[in-house]
Amino acid sequence: MKLLSIDALDVAFGGHLVLEDIHLDLARGEIVTIVGPNGSGKTTLLKSIIGALTPRRGRIEKASGLVVGYVPQRLHLDATLPMTVSRLMRLPRRHSAHDIESALRRAGVTPQADSQINDLSGGQFQRVLLARALLSSPDLLILDEATQGLDQQGMADFYRQIERVRQELGCAVLMVSHELHVVMRTSDRVICLNRSICCAGTPEGVAASPAYRAMFGHDDDDGMALYRHHHTPTSLEPSP
Amino acid sequence: MILDDFLVRATLAGVGVALAAAPLGCLVVWRRMAFFGDATAHAAILGVALALLMSMSIFAGVLVVSLLMATIVSLLSGKGYAMDTLLGVMAHSSLALGLVAVSFVSGVRLDLMAYLFGDILAVGKADLAVIWGGAALVMALMGWRWSRLLTATLNADLAFASGIDPRREQLILTLSLAIVVAVALKVVGVLLIAALLIIPAATARTFSRTPETMVVAAALVGMTAAVGGLQTAYWFDTPTGPTIVSLAAALFALAGVIANARRLLWRAMASRAGR
Repeated sequence: MKLLSIDALDVAFGGHLVLEDIHLDLARGEIVTIVGPNGSGKTTLLKSIIGALTPRRGRIEKASGLVVGYVPQRLHLDATLPMTVSRLMRLPRRHSAHDIESALRRAGVTPQADSQINDLSGGQFQRVLLARALLSSPDLLILDEATQGLDQQGMADFYRQIERVRQELGCAVLMVSHELHVVMRTSDRVICLNRSICCAGTPEGVAASPAYRAMFGHDDDDGMALYRHHHTPTSLEPSP
Repeated sequence: MILDDFLVRATLAGVGVALAAAPLGCLVVWRRMAFFGDATAHAAILGVALALLMSMSIFAGVLVVSLLMATIVSLLSGKGYAMDTLLGVMAHSSLALGLVAVSFVSGVRLDLMAYLFGDILAVGKADLAVIWGGAALVMALMGWRWSRLLTATLNADLAFASGIDPRREQLILTLSLAIVVAVALKVVGVLLIAALLIIPAATARTFSRTPETMVVAAALVGMTAAVGGLQTAYWFDTPTGPTIVSLAAALFALAGVIANARRLLWRAMASRAGR
């Protein structure tokens, strides 16, 4: 069953195409990771899916009644806004204390529900945001570089948690990541994005493809993702 | 009848404005819109002038011009000017334009001070009805949209993902701001309306752990300032609007002192326990 179907999507900022001719289908229960260099349109694609951006062309079709859980890249909480963990979890909809506690546990965090958000560490806050996204029992979980600011161990733990969540809830996961080696292990499918989709498929297939190698270098098995910005000739050049 | 006493009417007017200003003031502080509120309030004097020139209700004139101001700023922002520059231009030019326009209206020269600094002691029964009507409308709007407003304040993308359009919430906020400016005009005047939004909310921040407790605390601070300021102005024969705002500022300073003292005390106790 298709949860989400993107067809011939173009997104532009001020006349400049940021995404071009994107086709993407998502099925229930699969983990799909989008990789690509900075400015390749990864976040733009996620923002288009949640409805924050209006595409110039193309269609994004969602299964009826699709519930999306979204974990942003980084959330800055203004210091003037007092906020406890439990209040954040109840935004925008109410949930019982029991549900909140089990969502927090599922996301792998056990802070006191009445802690101030601004007292949490970066990793704890990211997990609280994950827990908040889980509370609505999403069909589709969207994560935008959710492990930014976590160390290697924290990152690995976080992705293990995502896999566990997928197993327990049966939701699809669409995430953007820079941590290629970790992501390769957890993903069912990898999409390599650079304004348009350069290659897609199983992690092994993508890692072996010339387009991917041209973009990231090839020796990232040991955890060192090399960002050699050799782009395919067709991409990133502003169209005349 | 109790409403025949001008002090009772003034007190009720002050309390009404303080109640409506509390949730709105908190949102303005959280969203860093303080200068936006100031600009909307300054534009109100132009609304007063237009209302007098066209002999329509001042409430309506202020409401329309404040809304217009807010809309123009929203449309122009992101078109090459920084927001604070844009607001600085709009706020002061509309204030100046308003003052010039008022001078064309014969016989209102003496009343100008009342529009700039408020004239709460002159609040009549009809004014009171407008103030409480507007305040009730704003409180109802805030209550109805609170969760959505708060989510949109937290993060626009988070709001979109939850099926909330942050642009609509921004519009509701702008509308509420214009209403509060229109009803607060009589109480503190255009120059001090923003103070009534910002200062109680800023004072409440120190003692709050959730957004809602901050709103309640801001309402309490606002009401204390309104009622206390009114009494002080009555006894010392000082201008009422500025006295109310001065008292709010004193409460803000007091809250800061208490918060710092509390922090020092905690530290002292912690170091003693550690020894």
